[in-house]
This record gives sequence, C-alpha cells and structure tokens, in this order.
Amino acid sequence: MTAANAWRRALRRPWVARIAVVVLLLALWEVAARWWVDPIFLSPPSRVFASLPAVFDTRGVPAALRVTFWELAVAFALSVVIGLAIGLAVGLKPFARKSFMPIILLLYGTPQVTILPLFILYFGIGPASKIAFGVSHGFFPIVMTIVAGVQNIKPILLTSARAMGASRWQTLRYVVFPHMIPSFFAGMRLAMTGVLLGVLLAELYVSTAGIGYFTTLFTQNFDPTRLLGLISVLAAMAIVLNEIVRRAEVHFGRWHTD
Amino acid sequence: MTPSRKERQGRLASRAVQATFLIVLIVLWYLATTRWRVSPLLLPNPVTVLHNFWDILRTGEFIGDLRVTLTELAAAFAIAATSGVTVGYLISRSQYRIRVFEPLFAGIYSIPIILFLPLYVLFFGLGPASKIALGATISFFPITLNTIAGFGYVDKTFVVAARSMGASDYQLFRHVLMPAALPIILSGMRIGFTVALLSIIGSETIASLAGLGHRIVHLAEAMEMAPMFAYIVFVVAIAAILNMLVSALEARGRRP
Repeated sequence: MTAANAWRRALRRPWVARIAVVVLLLALWEVAARWWVDPIFLSPPSRVFASLPAVFDTRGVPAALRVTFWELAVAFALSVVIGLAIGLAVGLKPFARKSFMPIILLLYGTPQVTILPLFILYFGIGPASKIAFGVSHGFFPIVMTIVAGVQNIKPILLTSARAMGASRWQTLRYVVFPHMIPSFFAGMRLAMTGVLLGVLLAELYVSTAGIGYFTTLFTQNFDPTRLLGLISVLAAMAIVLNEIVRRAEVHFGRWHTD
Repeated sequence: MTPSRKERQGRLASRAVQATFLIVLIVLWYLATTRWRVSPLLLPNPVTVLHNFWDILRTGEFIGDLRVTLTELAAAFAIAATSGVTVGYLISRSQYRIRVFEPLFAGIYSIPIILFLPLYVLFFGLGPASKIALGATISFFPITLNTIAGFGYVDKTFVVAARSMGASDYQLFRHVLMPAALPIILSGMRIGFTVALLSIIGSETIASLAGLGHRIVHLAEAMEMAPMFAYIVFVVAIAAILNMLVSALEARGRRP
C-alpha cells in the first residue's frame, strides 16, 4: 500500500516518469528482440550493452572513432572560423548584407547532399572530404546568426560609440563583439548539429578509416549486436558534443537580457 | 508606401552585385574548363552540362528516378504527419505529459538520426522501404514537437472564455484550439518536409537501388561528370520547387 503510494508520488515528478518511459521502451525492445524478431536483424539491449567491450576490441574501431572525432572537431573549428569571417564581412556593411544575403540563403536552402559525390571526387575518400562536407553544413548557420546578431545591435549604441570617438576597431571590440556573443553561441549550436550531420553522412557514404567503414562491415555481416553498439557509442558522442555547445550557449547568453 | 528614390537605387545596386557575382562565377567556370585546362573529370564544361540538362529534360529519362524519390517522400511525409500530429495532440492534452515527453523527444531530435541508416537498411532492405522509414522517423520529431508547442501552449484565457460561453468539446477544438495551433503545426510540417527530403536523397546516395540520389552516385562512379552535374542541377531545382510549394501552402494555411 505505502509502496504503491510511494510509486505514485514518485511518478508525479516528470523526470521520474521520463526515466520510466525509457526503461519501458528498453524492456519492450528486449522482449521483442529475444522472442519475436529474427536475431540476425535485431539484438536485445542487454546483449548490445554487454558487447560494448567487444566493439572496442574489434581491430581498428578505436582508431576509427578517434578519426571520426577529429573530423568532427576540425570541421567544427573550420566552420566557426569561416562562418565568423564571412558573417562579419557580409553583416557589418548594410550594402553587402543586402547584396550577398540572398545568395547565401539560396545556397543554404539547396540540399547539399546532392553534391556529396563531388566532395569525394575533389577531396578524396579520406578524412579531408568528411571535413569539407561537414564544414559545408556547419558554416551556414554561423553566417546566418552572425549577420542577424550584428543587425540587431541598436543603432544608438553604434552612434554613441562613434560620438565618443571610438575607432573602428574599438567599436568592434566594445560594441559589436559583446552584442554578437549570444547569437554567435546559438549559431555554434546549430553548426554543431550541421557538422555532425555532414561528417556522418560523408562517413556513411564512403570511408576507409572512419566509422563508416565499420557500420558497413557490421551491416554486411548481419551483426546487429556490434552495429548497435557502435551506433550507441556515436550517438553518445553526438549527445555530449551537442550538450557542450548548448551549455556554452546558456552560459554565455545569460548576461544579455533585453 | 512606395520606396524612396534612394532606396530604389540601393536595391538596384545590390541586384547588380548579385548578377555580377553569378556571371563572374559562370565565366570563371567556363574559363577554367577551356583556357586553364582543368580536367573534365573534375569540372565539366558548363556548356556541355547545359546540353546534358536539356537532354535529360527532353528525353524524360529522369521520370523513373523522380517517381521513386517522390513516392518515398510522399509516403514518409504522410506517415510522419499523421503520427506526429496524433502523438503531439495526445501529449499536449496534459501539462504533466508535456513535461514528461517533450524533453525526451527534443533530446532524441538532437541526435543525428542519419546514424541509424545502417540499421534501417538491415531491417528494411536496400529498396524504398528503408528510405520511407528513415524519412518518416526524421520528420516525425519536428512535427510532433511543433504540435505539442501548438496545442500545449494555447492561452488559457481563450479556453476558459469559450467554456464559459458553453462551447462543447468539438466546438472548443474547432474554434479555439485548432486556429491557435495551426500556424505552429504547419511550420513544423514544413521543417519535417524539408528534413524528410534531405534524408531521403541522402539515404539514396548512401545505399539504394533507384531514385535521384542513386542516379547521381551512379553517374559519379561511372565518372560521367557532365550528366552528373546536369542531374545535380535538376535535383537542386526540384528541391527548390518543392520547398517553394510547401512554403506557399504554409503561408496559405496560416491565413485565417
């Protein structure tokens, strides 16, 4: 009786209920995989979890994860640098913004995945093509948010800075940059999503050293246990990276209240 | 309000910059392939690409692949829209359920779901089924999240006012909840449509038997660069037309 009551009270908290839902889904998956579904297609979560060490023991997988992680990191860093440069160049001058924003929006709207084979052709099947494709997905959101952030600076701030005799660099340093920070971090979060998508798409398309090679290998060998294990590791990597930029966004965006 | 003369001149100038930019790009492309002798295996001549593009349109050889891709897209979007709106509506009916499920869905949505493509191929094979399933999964999340946001955060005053005027459940839904939620749901559907299109072309590129993405990869592997560029132009144009159509439908649906 009290146990049932305690349960009910605990379930009233949303996060407890949320965990209960996740556990329920895992249990359903476990039951389905054990008794209903052919084991060459799906394996139960308990076995996937138990096989994680085996995934890491597979020759080449740790190196592949390292390669993929580096591709993500380099692509993200390049996206930020390129996005910041283009964003500032286009955003700071109203004329440049009016001229080039439509072109950038047009490019952003096209499905870049159609030119994935071209990236492979130009940059080879190694990490360079993954990085380039990740950057092509990652820098657009940064350009967008930088331009929007620069545009939203109140003109009175710029005018008064200039009236007080601020040089061009001083205006940038003390007015433009601080006001750009919240939108810049929002852009970084979107860029991380884009970079993850781009790099993983390119990895899955063709890969010699990264994780794409192993997902293909496990799929072709009908080895769902190790495939699921590898995918969970990658999903965890994606969640951690997303969480880092999200935290950074909350942290650096909070001083700005208006 | 008519734009002032200065504004009009500014707009004309930026249009001129845009046109110049595009023309310079195409001229550079042309010069690269003729004067600077970039290998046609890396960059085909723009004129050849244009010829190939007309050939594709004239012979109608694109119809088979286009039909495959569009069928996949329609099926995936239909599944995602019906299940997304239903699930979203059911969740939005109580604050408790919103607090339980919304962070869960938002969390899953932040994972790049394209990661699961190998699993989908394992389950559903190389044919259209795996693309439909993946496209439906990926577009399910924005549609559900926007439906929750649309129905879940209707201003309480409206609901109370309608109730006190004696509105039935149906009337409340038809005249209060629906008009308030529709714009948000529609923009969720537009996002869902775009990501479904992207993921379907993407999964066709990675592993498939037919479809526009498959055709581009096929030409790339055969090193037939000019037809491949022509097909890229074709797919980009199709995607632009579809996105414009969906945006127009969304704008139309928003109007009360």
